[in-house]
Amino acid sequence: MAAMFFVVTMTLYFAATVSFLAYLLWPSEVLSNVSLGMTATGFASHTIALGAGMIGVTDVSTPGFHQALSFFSWVLILVFLAVEFRHRLHVLGSFIVPLALVSLVSAAALPETAPTLTPVFRTLWVHVTLSMLGTVGFAIAFVAGLMYLIQDGLLKSKRFNVLYSKLPALDYLDHLNQQSIVTGFPLLTLGIITGALSAEFSRGSYLNWNPEQTWALVTWVFYFVVLMGRLTVGWRAKRAAYLTIIGFAGVILTLIGVVLKSHGPVS
Amino acid sequence: MHIVVVGLSHKTAPIEIREKLAVPESRMGEALTRLCSYQGVREGILLSTCNRVEVYAVVDEIESGYGRIQDFLADAHLSLSSEQLTPHLYWHEGDRAISHLFRVASSLDSMIVGESQILGQIKEAFEVALTHKATGIILNKVVKKAISVAKRVRTETKIAEMAVSVSYAAVELAKKIFSDLSQKTVLLVGAGEMAKLAARHFIANGVRHVRVTTRNPQHALELADRFSGTAVAFEEFLEDMASADIVLVSTGAAHYLVSEDDVQRSVKQRMNRPMFLIDISVPRNIDPAVRHVDNAFLFDIDDLKTRVEQNRGERLNEAEKAERMVVDEVGIVRQWLQSLEVTPTIVALRARVDDIKQAELDKTLGRLANLSALERELVEAMASSIVNKLIHNTMVTLKAEVNSSEGAAFVEAARRFFSLGDPAVCNVNESASSSSGTCHSSQADLREVGEVTPRTGSKMPDH
Repeated sequence: MAAMFFVVTMTLYFAATVSFLAYLLWPSEVLSNVSLGMTATGFASHTIALGAGMIGVTDVSTPGFHQALSFFSWVLILVFLAVEFRHRLHVLGSFIVPLALVSLVSAAALPETAPTLTPVFRTLWVHVTLSMLGTVGFAIAFVAGLMYLIQDGLLKSKRFNVLYSKLPALDYLDHLNQQSIVTGFPLLTLGIITGALSAEFSRGSYLNWNPEQTWALVTWVFYFVVLMGRLTVGWRAKRAAYLTIIGFAGVILTLIGVVLKSHGPVS
Repeated sequence: MHIVVVGLSHKTAPIEIREKLAVPESRMGEALTRLCSYQGVREGILLSTCNRVEVYAVVDEIESGYGRIQDFLADAHLSLSSEQLTPHLYWHEGDRAISHLFRVASSLDSMIVGESQILGQIKEAFEVALTHKATGIILNKVVKKAISVAKRVRTETKIAEMAVSVSYAAVELAKKIFSDLSQKTVLLVGAGEMAKLAARHFIANGVRHVRVTTRNPQHALELADRFSGTAVAFEEFLEDMASADIVLVSTGAAHYLVSEDDVQRSVKQRMNRPMFLIDISVPRNIDPAVRHVDNAFLFDIDDLKTRVEQNRGERLNEAEKAERMVVDEVGIVRQWLQSLEVTPTIVALRARVDDIKQAELDKTLGRLANLSALERELVEAMASSIVNKLIHNTMVTLKAEVNSSEGAAFVEAARRFFSLGDPAVCNVNESASSSSGTCHSSQADLREVGEVTPRTGSKMPDH
């Protein structure tokens, strides 16, 4: 049943992505409701799929990247729907829903059963959940940064097109960027700590400087600097937008590296 | 008699020159008296605003008239010679002078096309001229017409909407930079009409903090008071700029007041918080290179107008429509002016009475069918004699007054007493209904002018 709902979700997200992208170029507001309807339905279906998947989970099951990415996509849409509900910011869907779709498709490409790391404790679930929540924060910051740069460019070049009219105010996007990092960063920090604990239990050392751990730490330091820079020396607006885009690219690379190492030819 | 205009405006002279020539309201009467004391200047009106100084006059001869007015302007300021003024002046006569006045009144010649302040300024100038009996029948008519043309332009085109829409566009752009305007500060630099209008729009949209700076500290205090804001010393506004999220600049300065470095420094002080700069000045007061500063968004009046056009989604150029109206209205005034020429009036008068005489004779002689040829001749001679005697004095007076300052008033009076109307139009008035509209409107205008006529002319100095 989970698999069926998973496919339904993917189909709906795909349709919503197409519709949301068309919405960006179309002056009419009608498409936003259609897209929003499909996204909400897809989200419900995704929730059922995740719920059905959870039934079979036992203490000894290990969370794989399939589950992690699927969960990432679910939280992403949850956050989008929450922001949409509060601020009526349809255009956010045009950026987040495609990202959620990509994440879900990546999840589908990976086997549902994870390669077993021995021995595995419940902390791994906590580690994956927290890391993914932190990553959602960075993803939202990335989307806000991207929208910021687009709006900034449109204002600077004085191209008042459909996209300009649909994108929100710059300071709103900058604020969204800041909030996402402020929320995501502590979650990632906890994720790294629990990850280190898991590693201690499974491998006997908190940190063994393997590439994914190194990258995770580099990412952490990077976002720490970004956050401090904003709070102390005014790294906001355009600079913050650039930095969060670069940061998220780093996160994605880390994930790809980890996934390839676990499943692919690297290991 | 010729209508002329000699003057300078923001298009031809820098503010330094305009400032020197500007006549303060308190000395307006004295200036008008001086203007009318020049030989050959019959009527005069002086328009002095921060963007233009213009003299409209009715003169005997165009060339000498130009010279007199130029001398008059140069006399206004000791440090300026008549020759120094020449490169900044424009001279128009006849239709072009009327057309110029209509364009100025309709705000087509303004820095911000469509702003309404100029019409009020023209009305004030006209009031002052009336008070000092400086205008006569011609300028009264022409200025009144200019005011009505300006009103027509405002009601029949969207040109006035443009000025309001520019403010609206500025607010709308600001909302794409700042989501909540209520926490933002507006700094108003200069007291241009458009900037004030824009400031009012910002306040209406929630802005609570207004800072004002103008060259004249007193003026800044008054404005700050009006906007419940704070006045800032003009010399310090560049340092103060960092405290402003929205900077509205509209001064008459001919150079850049705000440089790229100034804005760069402000943005840095603001820790990269975005700044929205609006330059409503012509010429520009903010260096366009500010566009290259990150997190600073500069828009000038053309950008705002572009936005307005897009908002409206309308291709029709409102200013062009207004220009066409001006041309139409100049045509109407030209016809009226022609009607003030003595010779055509005498001809028209002659034709008119002859028509009446002939009609009456035909009627009477038709009833007296059995008259002899001699008797008919006697009746006709009597009719001619009555008519000639009745109009004799009118004819003589018109010819005698042709060159006096009251000539136009006499012609006007004769035309009205004998219902002569416009020479060019009224011949076709009875036969062609299509042109009757034009005739009616000019008749109505004549009546309008008539109300002013009695108090004018007679006391004009005429040397």
